[in-house]
This record gives sequence, C-alpha cells and structure tokens, in this order.
Amino acid sequence: MRRFSLFNATSLTFGFAFLYLPMVILIIYSFNASQLVTVWAGFSTRWYGELLRDQEFLDAAWVTLRVAVFSSTIATVLGTMAATVIVRAGRFKGRTLFSGMIYAPLVMPEVITGLSLLLLFIGIGLDRGILTVVLAHTTFSMCYVSVVVSSRLATFDTALEEAALDLGCSPFEAFRLVTLPIIAPAVISGWLLAFTLSLDDLVIASFTTGPSATTLPIKIFSAVRLGVSPQINALSTILIAFVAVGVIAASLATKRAAVRADKDARAAERAAG
Amino acid sequence: MNQTVFAPWDDPDEKPLIQFRNVTKRFGDFTAIDDLTLDIYAQEFFALLGPSGCGKTTMMRMLAGFETPTEGNILLSGQDIAPIPPNKRAVNMMFQSYALFPHLSVRDNIAFGLRRESKDKAKIDERVEEMLRLTRLTKFAGRKPHQISGGQRQRVALARSLAKAPKLLLLDEPLGALDRKLREETQFELMDIQEKTGTTFVIVTHDQEEAMTVASRVAVMDEGKLIQVATPDVIYEAPNSVYVADFIGDVNIVEGRASQTGDKVDVAWAEGQPPIHATTQKRFDRDAQCYFAIRPEKVHISKERDDSRPNVLQGKVIDIAYLGNISTYHVRLADGTMMKAQSANTRRLANRGITWEDEVWLSFTDTAGVMLAR
Repeated sequence: MRRFSLFNATSLTFGFAFLYLPMVILIIYSFNASQLVTVWAGFSTRWYGELLRDQEFLDAAWVTLRVAVFSSTIATVLGTMAATVIVRAGRFKGRTLFSGMIYAPLVMPEVITGLSLLLLFIGIGLDRGILTVVLAHTTFSMCYVSVVVSSRLATFDTALEEAALDLGCSPFEAFRLVTLPIIAPAVISGWLLAFTLSLDDLVIASFTTGPSATTLPIKIFSAVRLGVSPQINALSTILIAFVAVGVIAASLATKRAAVRADKDARAAERAAG
Repeated sequence: MNQTVFAPWDDPDEKPLIQFRNVTKRFGDFTAIDDLTLDIYAQEFFALLGPSGCGKTTMMRMLAGFETPTEGNILLSGQDIAPIPPNKRAVNMMFQSYALFPHLSVRDNIAFGLRRESKDKAKIDERVEEMLRLTRLTKFAGRKPHQISGGQRQRVALARSLAKAPKLLLLDEPLGALDRKLREETQFELMDIQEKTGTTFVIVTHDQEEAMTVASRVAVMDEGKLIQVATPDVIYEAPNSVYVADFIGDVNIVEGRASQTGDKVDVAWAEGQPPIHATTQKRFDRDAQCYFAIRPEKVHISKERDDSRPNVLQGKVIDIAYLGNISTYHVRLADGTMMKAQSANTRRLANRGITWEDEVWLSFTDTAGVMLAR
C-alpha cells in the first residue's frame, strides 16, 4: 500500500470538491426553512411536503416516469437488435458505414436531433404529446444501448450459440435461451442508461412535447426562470437520491457477482489440483 | 474369445454412414477443402489429423451444418445433408472451448438438448441421470460450469453432446485444454464411452499420439486434401508418403536411387557407402528417385559390428536424448548424414556403454524400412 502524501490528499479534496460541492449546497438548501434560497433559517422538511401537494409537479413526474420506462424499453430492444447485427453479421459491404451510422447520433448536437424530430412529426402530422417524446427519446437512447450491448457481444463466444443450434435450437431460441441470459447484465445496464438519459433530457423533450405532456426537466427549467425556489431544491435532491441509489445498487450487484465468480473459479481450481 | 475384427471399410457390402463426395469448400480465394472424397462407417472412431489450416476443422463444421460445401455433397445415411440446418441434424458436436452455457448448472447443460425435442420431464430426467453416471458427474450436477475443474467441464461437454444419442458425434480438439496426464486418462475414457454407446465418433486433432490412441482409422490431411486414410498401425508402419511418415512419429528419411529385382530394392544413397537393401511391393524404375524411411526404434545400435542384419552402417554418436524409458541416439554417418537410433532402457542402472563421440554400428533388416516414391 502506498502512503497518503499531502499532495495526494489535497488533489483528492479539490477533485471531489469540484465534482460534488454544487450538489452538496443544493441538498443542504433543500432543507432550508426560509423562503429565500440563499439565506439559511434552520432545518426543515417543509418544502418536501409542499412538493408532494403540488399537483403540477406530480403530473410532470408521472409523465417523465412513463416516458422513461417506455422509451428505454423500446430503445433496449432496438439497440440490442442493432448491436447483434453489427457484431454478428461478419464483414459485409458497407459494414463500417452502418456501424458508424448507429453511433453518429451520439455526437449529434441535441438541438439538431430535437429540431429534426420536430420537423418529422409535423411532416407526418403526428400530434405532439407523450407518444412523440417517447419516440424521440427512443431514437437517441437506442445508440447508447447498442454501444453498451455490442461491447459485451464482441467478447461473447459464438461457439455458445453454435452449441445451442447444434443441440436443436432454432436461431431465435438460441438467442433467447443462451445469448440473452448471458448478455443480460449489459442489456440491463443499457436499459438503466437509457432510463437516466430520458429522465434528465430537456432539449429534445422541449422540441417534441406538446402542452399535454410536460416532463419534469421542462417543468423545473420553466420554474427556475421565474426564480429558484426551495421546492425545486427539494425536487432535485429527490432526483439525486433516486439516481445515486440506482447507480450504487447496480455497481454493488456487478461487483458481488464478479467476486463470487472469482471465488468459485478458485475453489474449482483447488478441487482439481 | 470369438471376436471379429472391426473393419467395415474392408467390407464391400457395408454402407458408409457418412460420405463426402468430391467436396470442395472455398472461402473467397482460399480453398479449404479440395475435391475430397471419403467414407466413414457406423461405430467408427475416426480421426482427422493434420497441421492447423489443413481443413480438418472445416470438414467437421460442414458435418455439423455450420458450413456448406461449395461443390460436391455430403451424405449422412445416404441422404444429402446440405439443406438441413444444424438444429435438425442427428449430429452433435463437442466444441474445442466446450461452449458450456455459463448460466446453467451441469444438469441443465446436459438436459438442454433433450428439452428442445421433448416435453416428457420424467424421461429427460432419467436420461440426464444416465449421462451423469456415464461421465461420473452425479456429484457435480448442481454446480455451474465455473465451479468445476477443466477435466470435469470436458466431461460435461461430452455428456451434453451425447445426451441426444446422436448418430454421429463430432469432437473438435476435445482434449486440447487438458494437461498431459489428464489427457491420457481421458483418451481411454472416450474410447470406453464410444464403445458403450456405439456412437460414431469423428475427432479432429493435431496431436498424432491422440489420434493413434483413440482412433479406429486415421485420415492424415494437408492443404485440404487427404494424404492417407488407414488404421493407426498402417499409417505408422506403412505410410504412403514422406509427408505421412514425417508427420506421424519420428523417422529417418534417406533419399536415393532405386534398382529393383523382384521385391528387393537396392537404394544407392551416398558415394562410397554400401546401398541400403530394402523390400517393397511397389515398382520403382531403374535409377528413379526414391525415399527410404525407417523408424528409429527399428535401427539397432551397438559398439561392435553386427552382421546378422543385411544393412550395416558405421557412424559416430553426436547426441543422446535420454527419455527414461528409451534413449534416442543421433548418429552421424561417414558421409555426414544424420540417423536416429532408439533403444529401450530395459535394465535399470545398467552400464549402457554407448556415449558421446563413440564409434558405433547401426544395423537393420531389409524389411525394417519402407520404400516411398514421394
């Protein structure tokens, strides 16, 4: 073990301060009793209570949740399919072009994506609402899913699928019974990624939504334009908690699985030796 | 004991289980299999042997259905199998990497194929138990593949591929991942299981010892062609070419000019050296180029000239490889040719007498070696 030098400790403090100070301040002020955001007047949970009584915020939260669940689920299906084709189809003409085209929306400015989707929806005469936001979120989060899943598939031993075919599976059964359970962790993390992306998207949602479907980020953004309220701080704190719990749970699960696999493998070696 | 020799390939009435008929397989410009014709019979343990890239794995993948021939056809029990997808073939394969399903237990891995074709749970369970017993895995049935050792994984892979009682079992380098001792044990286990189940086995290997040990017949391949197909003893004692003689085991090859009278041949191989006397059924033209191949263990080495054998050569010991059970002597003959001679160390701690730089005599009979034209 290397010792903690003064330099290391300082770097660590500054680094983490840079990353987390804004959030810490936000969380602290969400428990502020005062109406004024920047004046501390004692600890209180009053804003959380008010938040839960505010029907507009609750509606927006419900819209956001539905959009996130639907769009991330559709994106996971489409993204996994795309990843399978790109990794498995071998070399065909234009393969690089196709795989590049799947990932291109990742680097496309959100404003452009939002605008082009808006034009499309107007063009085909689709009324803007929850459906259009779901479609728009599916479009951009699908790329993220396919990146995550294809990196897992690239190390997947194709002999496993061949073995499934050899033992009497149709190609679809082989995918469902063998490939999918094995790549499931990647598919789930792809889903989680798509879910979080949808949860916090502001730009694309504001382009593609209609009056009936205001998502939480849009709601927060428009509220903040009228001035930051302690209520918004409370809402943001809840979102932070939400995301933090999800991320920690996911990484703990992955780590525990890895540790267990490692222990089992070593036990097997010992038994053999 | 009234045992008939198992040799269906010598019986003209026997119908082959697998027939390759002028099969060619190309990948782009590369020809992996070149106009190959081969019959494999039921209950054979057939080995495809060759260096990597010789096309042996391609042949196996064509049998399993993962590749289709570019030209020619493959028949299984007289039926062309080209249009049948892998999941509809009565052929199972044991993969080199074993390809065990990591998310399923040993029991579920073995039951996987059975569950695809039948819904009868009791019957499946019974068959799985039978396979577990056959491969001595009952104790490990509940474990996942990463919780068992390499040798056990190998047995799970075998049990899984045998569970559906295929007409034909393909084994792709099945023992490559095991260490030497375990490999030897497993070879005998494989033969035992093959005999018990009566399944036809086709094994792909680059390990000539493995092929010789397990197989009823061996096909030696090179660059997409079959060089020789025969029983292990014929492959070893009567190779049809320098390639086969050299690929299987250790051999001395002497190039020379033939002069034949009847089935006796004299091979003139070096200036000032007596010709080698050999026996052959083949015809060699006078002064035709020929090769004389002789295995080191058939060359007798001694310090005194021994005229009891028709061929006697003098040389000097350059190197000795002591392998415990045998020693191999590398002897330089008067013209500079190197020849290997082997002798069994039958006596412990005996004064073997032959050492480096010794002048020795090599001798062998006229039937000890093989005459080859190419």
